[in-house]
Amino acid sequence: MIAVRALPNPGTLAESVSARDRSAVARALNLLDDKRPDARRYAARLLATLPADRLYRTGHLIGLTGPPGAGKSSLTAALVQVWRGRGLSVGILAVDPSSPISGGALLGDRLRMLSGELDDKVFIRSLACRGEFGGLSAEVWPMSLVMLAAFDIVLVETVGVGQKEIDVSKLTDTTCFVAQPASGDSIQFLKAGIMEVPHVLVVNKEDIGLAAKKTLSELRSTLKQPSDDDDWRVPALSASAAQGTGIEALANSLEAHRSWLERQGLLGSSRQRFQAEWVIKRLLEEFGRFGIECLGGKTVLMEKLMDTQGSAFDQYDLLQEQFLSDCAGETASLAR
Amino acid sequence: MKNNDKEVKRDRPWLMRTYSGHSSAKASNELYRTNLAKGQTGLSVAFDLPTQTGYDADHPLARGEVGKVGVPIGHIGDMETLFDQIPLDKMNTSMTINATAAWLLSLYIAAAERQGVSPDQLQGTTQNDIVKEYLSRGTYIFPPAPSVRLTTDIISYTVHQIPKWNPTNVCSYHLQEAGATPTQELAYALSTAIAVLDAIRETGQVDASAFANMVGRTSFFVNAGIRFIEECCKMRAFVRMWDRIAKDRYGVEDPKLRRFRYGIQVNSLGLTEPQPENNVQRIVLEMLAVTLSKNARARAIQLPAWNEALGLPRPWDQQWALRMQQVLALETDLLEYGDILDGSPIIEAKVQELVQGAEKEMRRVREEGGMVQAVETGYVKRQLVTSHTARMRTIESGDLNIIGVNCFTETAESPLTSGTDSGIMKVDAAAELEQIERLKAFRAGRNDADVEAALDNLKDTARGGENIMESSIRCAHAGVTTGEWSNVLRNIFGEYRAPTGIDISAQSMGRSDTVELLRERTRRTGEDLGRPLKILVGKPGLDGHSNGAEQIAVKARDVGFEVVYEGIRLTPEQIVKAAEEEGVHLIGLSVLSGSHLELVDDALKRLAKLGLSELPVIVGGIVPVEDEQNLKAQGVAAVYTPKDSDMNLIMADLVNIIREHNGLKRFEDAA
Repeated sequence: MIAVRALPNPGTLAESVSARDRSAVARALNLLDDKRPDARRYAARLLATLPADRLYRTGHLIGLTGPPGAGKSSLTAALVQVWRGRGLSVGILAVDPSSPISGGALLGDRLRMLSGELDDKVFIRSLACRGEFGGLSAEVWPMSLVMLAAFDIVLVETVGVGQKEIDVSKLTDTTCFVAQPASGDSIQFLKAGIMEVPHVLVVNKEDIGLAAKKTLSELRSTLKQPSDDDDWRVPALSASAAQGTGIEALANSLEAHRSWLERQGLLGSSRQRFQAEWVIKRLLEEFGRFGIECLGGKTVLMEKLMDTQGSAFDQYDLLQEQFLSDCAGETASLAR
Repeated sequence: MKNNDKEVKRDRPWLMRTYSGHSSAKASNELYRTNLAKGQTGLSVAFDLPTQTGYDADHPLARGEVGKVGVPIGHIGDMETLFDQIPLDKMNTSMTINATAAWLLSLYIAAAERQGVSPDQLQGTTQNDIVKEYLSRGTYIFPPAPSVRLTTDIISYTVHQIPKWNPTNVCSYHLQEAGATPTQELAYALSTAIAVLDAIRETGQVDASAFANMVGRTSFFVNAGIRFIEECCKMRAFVRMWDRIAKDRYGVEDPKLRRFRYGIQVNSLGLTEPQPENNVQRIVLEMLAVTLSKNARARAIQLPAWNEALGLPRPWDQQWALRMQQVLALETDLLEYGDILDGSPIIEAKVQELVQGAEKEMRRVREEGGMVQAVETGYVKRQLVTSHTARMRTIESGDLNIIGVNCFTETAESPLTSGTDSGIMKVDAAAELEQIERLKAFRAGRNDADVEAALDNLKDTARGGENIMESSIRCAHAGVTTGEWSNVLRNIFGEYRAPTGIDISAQSMGRSDTVELLRERTRRTGEDLGRPLKILVGKPGLDGHSNGAEQIAVKARDVGFEVVYEGIRLTPEQIVKAAEEEGVHLIGLSVLSGSHLELVDDALKRLAKLGLSELPVIVGGIVPVEDEQNLKAQGVAAVYTPKDSDMNLIMADLVNIIREHNGLKRFEDAA
């Protein structure tokens, strides 16, 4: 029972997280990762207590993805320097694959993200993707929200090529794809429409010269730019994390996409949608498809959650109760 | 000398050295003079880690490391003290120095000049092989490209100014420690030499005749393990392959300049902590590997002391190591014969096999774009980790016998280690503070304007393409410190953080029952605690020997832990910050430099400050028994030393430590 007693009070924890207390962020992330039933309840309450302003209106949630070896971690390190230079605090969630056999994982990315200097305004949590092959584990999104409540920029770094791996676009404001020079894979995926088009494309390692230039021009020719002036025009950039070139421009493009979302009034609504999807996913895990049907079906639930003013997490508690009173009896009789 | 009543000519013995240095320049100078009086014929300087990685003694990262694994040399004053009453025109000095080699050589030249000795009279060796630092030893500072430039600068400087100097000692020694098989050792050491010589040829700083001399001055530093027949064949393979490379690739006509010249330290990592007296016979047998074959005999030998796995050797232990060499060279008849292995078909077949294997692997390195690229892409590191893992497996399974470790472990109590000093030397804890005091006094006494001007000059040289040596020698005379010289270059060249090599290569350790059981325990404990077990493995301080930490990290992953591997050269503060951010269940600290007490104490205090004192901390490294008790009294949950060779037992232990710290019952039966 020791472990349960050790669970932190969600209300106080939310307060400390919003006060940008690093230890609180660490404890909140542990709580969100915790699968025990008590911890799950506490976690939902923690999320519901986080300030709505931070969750819907401020900050910037960025997804950075690309094939292994494209230099994502080095690029992250370079971006962190630029952001810190602009006075912004940064939270990073680095997702690494784990072994399907042992379940273990080696999380080595921190190494490349450390500048050597200790900086309290940079916080890194590495995460194994735990067998949800290609996709992101369910904890990633709420974890990124907790970070959003405490840091100006939250970056989720994932390994991936192709559609499945660009899952990160389903939970971040801006998705940035890092392409490996001289590897045609990403271009093929884009051309074939297998991969959803990211918001910003960057070819890393421009210092290697010709191959990088060639990849960049191929990427550019693949992108269909919109005819409507209001639509987002996907920029294709080149940079070198090693040389530190093109990083300011990349940071500017990421920021430009956020401003565009805000101008279009899309920032709050897309975050609300991520949240609604997570609540449904959670209910699905807990009560199964039957539970979702019993609560009115996915479409109805989605609408309901999107319409809710303020936190959909409050709704989660209500829906749970509703299920237990309305449907649980039915389950029991079915079971009989 | 008589042999069958006939006068016979004996070969001249090799240079006999002992790798040594500790505490302070003064204490080391005394040790050197004593060793020389005992018949040592050359010096081999061990520098402490702050000196090797370019930090002054008062830098935060230097804490606990000053004077530990070698002598601290912060400026010209220290260097003069180190060679006080040792005439440098007569001495042959080997310096194990790499990232800061240009600087230490500059200090050596400046100290010699102050003795009235000109550079062209100097003899000796700078290790100056940065490639293996990225792969194994870990005392790099700069990224590969500027590091290669510093290396080539030293070579082209010495070939003109110090003709008897060996400017680079290409190391296969550390490759073996990192897990290399004899074939890999041959392939990677020779590929490294090629990378360096090619780079020099490209700089155009040397003409064709000087280049042939440079090939002739390239020397090697090799390891000899316990399989001494194979090791002997490895040396013969080296000789044959280097001769061919020098001739075919570099067009060197003079056979003398194509000789494979090498120094040797026999395998230190193979020395055992249990029954340490057995190391004496290991060392002697390993010495045979590099002396039996006249045509492939070492030019210089340094032997480790029998008790190196326990801690720092005392003067008496070093004397014993020297006497082993003297007995072989001066008492036996070894040096009276030609090459006793020439013509043996068995030896020849083995040499052929090694040459062919090495040539194949060298082609593979060429496909990667050469040695520097192969290191940068992580290819070489992956190969080494794979070999090392395979070796560890054979030890675990008992297929590889290590007497006193995995077989014949019963032993009577040893009178060698039961003395009041436990059979090792202790570095005076005050040495660090005294060194810092001396450094401050030295800084206060120098001419600041000279220092500024010399540093500005160094900056200009580093930014431009000129040879770094002249401006570094000027810095030495002006009173620049090791930290100041290194900082100028750090700011211009940048700092390097190496790929760990463990992320991709580490294959699963198979499906033995023990491993399955451990995975089950890890998984169940993770479920009990709500989330998968996560540990952090880090190396605080400046010690770069990362193999042990990497083995633990890989093994832990194989039994189902999520492992945050923090790599080398971190302050306790950085490690503690990471542990908090990552939400780990346990911290593993690996320290091989002897600074465990200071570094662990620092880490524990910082954890307490963050309210994380319930987080269990384990320590691995070369930790003497009484320090082990001391660490446990401070709150360390477990201490693992080289005698804990069963990785499965360590893993079972980690799971139980985490369980106990979280109020869960231990798994009682042994894994």
